[in-house]
Amino acid sequence: MSMLHKFHGGVHPPTHKEQSTRTAIATLPIPAKLVIPFHQHVGNIAKPLVQVGDYVLKGQLIGMPEDGISSAIHASTSGTISEIGMQVVAHASGLPDLCATLLPDGKDEWIPKTGMDFRSAAAADVRQVLRLAGVVGLGGAVFPSDLKLRAGKHKVKTLVLNGAECEPYITCDDMLMRERADEIIKGAEIMRWALEAEQVLVGIEDNKPQAIAAMEQAALASTDDIKVVAVPTLYPGGGAKQLIRVLTGIEVAAGVRSTEKGVQCFNVATAQAIYRAVQFGEPLVSRIVTITGNVREPQNLEVLIGTTVQDVVDYAGSLPDTDGYIMGGPMMGLPLPGATVSIVKAANCIIASSPKIFPAPPPAMPCIRCTRCAEVCPAELQPQDLYWFAKSKEFGKAQEFSLFDCIECGACSYVCPSHIPLVQYYRFAKSEIWSRESEKNSADAARDRFEFREYRIEREKQEKAEKLAAKEKAAAEAKLAAAKLAEAQAATSVTPPPMTEAQAKIQAAIEQAKLQAAAVKPKNTEQLTPQQLAEIAEIEARRAHIHELASTDTEPPNGHDKNQ
Amino acid sequence: MLSALLVMSGIAIVLGAVLGFAAIKFRVEGNPLVEKIDAILPQTQCGQCNYPGCKPYATAIAAGEADINRCPPGGEEGIQKLADLLGVEFKPFGGETNAPKPKSVAFIDENTCIGCTLCIQACPVDAITGAAKQMHTIISQECTGCELCLAPCPVDCISMELIEENISNWKWKYPVYALKVAK
Repeated sequence: MSMLHKFHGGVHPPTHKEQSTRTAIATLPIPAKLVIPFHQHVGNIAKPLVQVGDYVLKGQLIGMPEDGISSAIHASTSGTISEIGMQVVAHASGLPDLCATLLPDGKDEWIPKTGMDFRSAAAADVRQVLRLAGVVGLGGAVFPSDLKLRAGKHKVKTLVLNGAECEPYITCDDMLMRERADEIIKGAEIMRWALEAEQVLVGIEDNKPQAIAAMEQAALASTDDIKVVAVPTLYPGGGAKQLIRVLTGIEVAAGVRSTEKGVQCFNVATAQAIYRAVQFGEPLVSRIVTITGNVREPQNLEVLIGTTVQDVVDYAGSLPDTDGYIMGGPMMGLPLPGATVSIVKAANCIIASSPKIFPAPPPAMPCIRCTRCAEVCPAELQPQDLYWFAKSKEFGKAQEFSLFDCIECGACSYVCPSHIPLVQYYRFAKSEIWSRESEKNSADAARDRFEFREYRIEREKQEKAEKLAAKEKAAAEAKLAAAKLAEAQAATSVTPPPMTEAQAKIQAAIEQAKLQAAAVKPKNTEQLTPQQLAEIAEIEARRAHIHELASTDTEPPNGHDKNQ
Repeated sequence: MLSALLVMSGIAIVLGAVLGFAAIKFRVEGNPLVEKIDAILPQTQCGQCNYPGCKPYATAIAAGEADINRCPPGGEEGIQKLADLLGVEFKPFGGETNAPKPKSVAFIDENTCIGCTLCIQACPVDAITGAAKQMHTIISQECTGCELCLAPCPVDCISMELIEENISNWKWKYPVYALKVAK
């Protein structure tokens, strides 16, 4: 057995895991109503494919993954879509997001499912299947799994399966490993194949002996090199970087992805979801949720995505002094805005809180710089300094002190003798920095657009001026050319130019026309009175006179006028 | 004595040549202070500072012609940043400058729009699409909320809509909690 390594710091909070591991995983009956958010994953919100009134089957695609980082959303059971609109979701803000409300018909009828033999398929096809099956990281990070299964430019040597489940109260992975170890191992085989990894390490904290035994048993049946390793129980040993450190000794530095070091890490429940999606064509429509804390029967339930927290709590038996619900564990979990929000893919645990279980924290006192937080920080940061910078809103300094390496595990707040809510400060500073960055980016974009517009207006003006100048120049040139031509003609027209062939033809045509005109006899020239004859004679004489004048007094016309 | 003079003047000539060459070779184009000020300004291009854009205002500040409290979209934080950069006193909004408003984007009522293109010509960041006698619409991601399109619209179909807090732009709030009172 390979030697285990250690990560810095860590704490030992009471685990409270035994309450919810007494009974096997039960399946929650189909509730009366499901509220399925379209944004349950990291990245872009899925695009709704259904309309109000549509009848959907279990596993039917209702949200199409958008470009880039995104994942699919499915109907969790068969029924009718009764509403698509904004509803409060499980988010720290308590703000509404786009959800589909599904009224189940109770038949729980699946869409036609088709599994695939991954070994004879292309890895890209398997990834596409996972994308459309909506498989995301079920440890709580909900990052689309297909994107993590890409063998990029760095060769992944080791695949780490995370079964550590270090947070108090949560036991969903523990129960899953106990009961469905073979499915997890088969999922691990698919992942190892897609990543072309050499070995698989399954890290499980040593407070779960039954899960370790079940996983070891299942791993024996596999032809792959899958090793189940018991790791010491120490919070936050289930953090991806911490588990990688413990299992392989590899330190994943700030801003570096673990794949660059040849390691990729997945949660065990994700492995099982990948197996169901690839082998049976079953999209992710349910997950195991631990319901614990202030309930009558703490346990693990297989819950359809979209079930309201209220339904889950009612099944476990709610108790009267419950004053709120936490999604996740007590260290990193987020208080829910109410019991009406629904179970999403990230919801591994629901803790009903009561003043008895989580008494109100004692009032905070000033930081005395005891550095106990620095001693327990698994990311080897200086939490007391980060607190100082975040408090005084010196975000640049906070970034210099590697604020973004903070995994928000809460170990610092846990040991703080002054009970300062340190993680809240770090979250505030992080989101402030992100929003400033995005503001700066949009300001830069606005500047570029403004400058381009100025440039375009200037260019158009210039083009117009150039066109006008070109036109004026052309007109002036034409005038000059005409003047020159006329001058040249005036110089040569002293003697009439010899008749060309064309001019001769024109002359001939004119003569013929004259003859024709002479040949036509006026019709009304008969029986004229002597008076009329006299008038005609007079007119004829005048005409003859004009003709005479025209042919003798004036010079023969020399072509055309100068200005013509 | 002469050789010393020659050596000294020789050094002076060589160094002078080096400095002269460096002055040409490493010449800084434009005023770097203008760029720094421009980076702080919010790039709304709204003209509320009475300059035809953020860059002209930055140039005016750098030249000492304009006050640092003329940019309402930048808010008091913007004034503070400018004061820090320029080493001058913070100056609150006041006088002829408008008070800062919450961020908003323009919205065109497409039923009323007559397609006159006047707003398109007014938009400083090309955030309005449309053509003559065709409906216009705002590209809301590009809109800086400068309100320059409101005045030219002959049918008053453009309104400003506040950007409301939603899941994607929500921020963690500054922690507020009870402190222990000393007895």
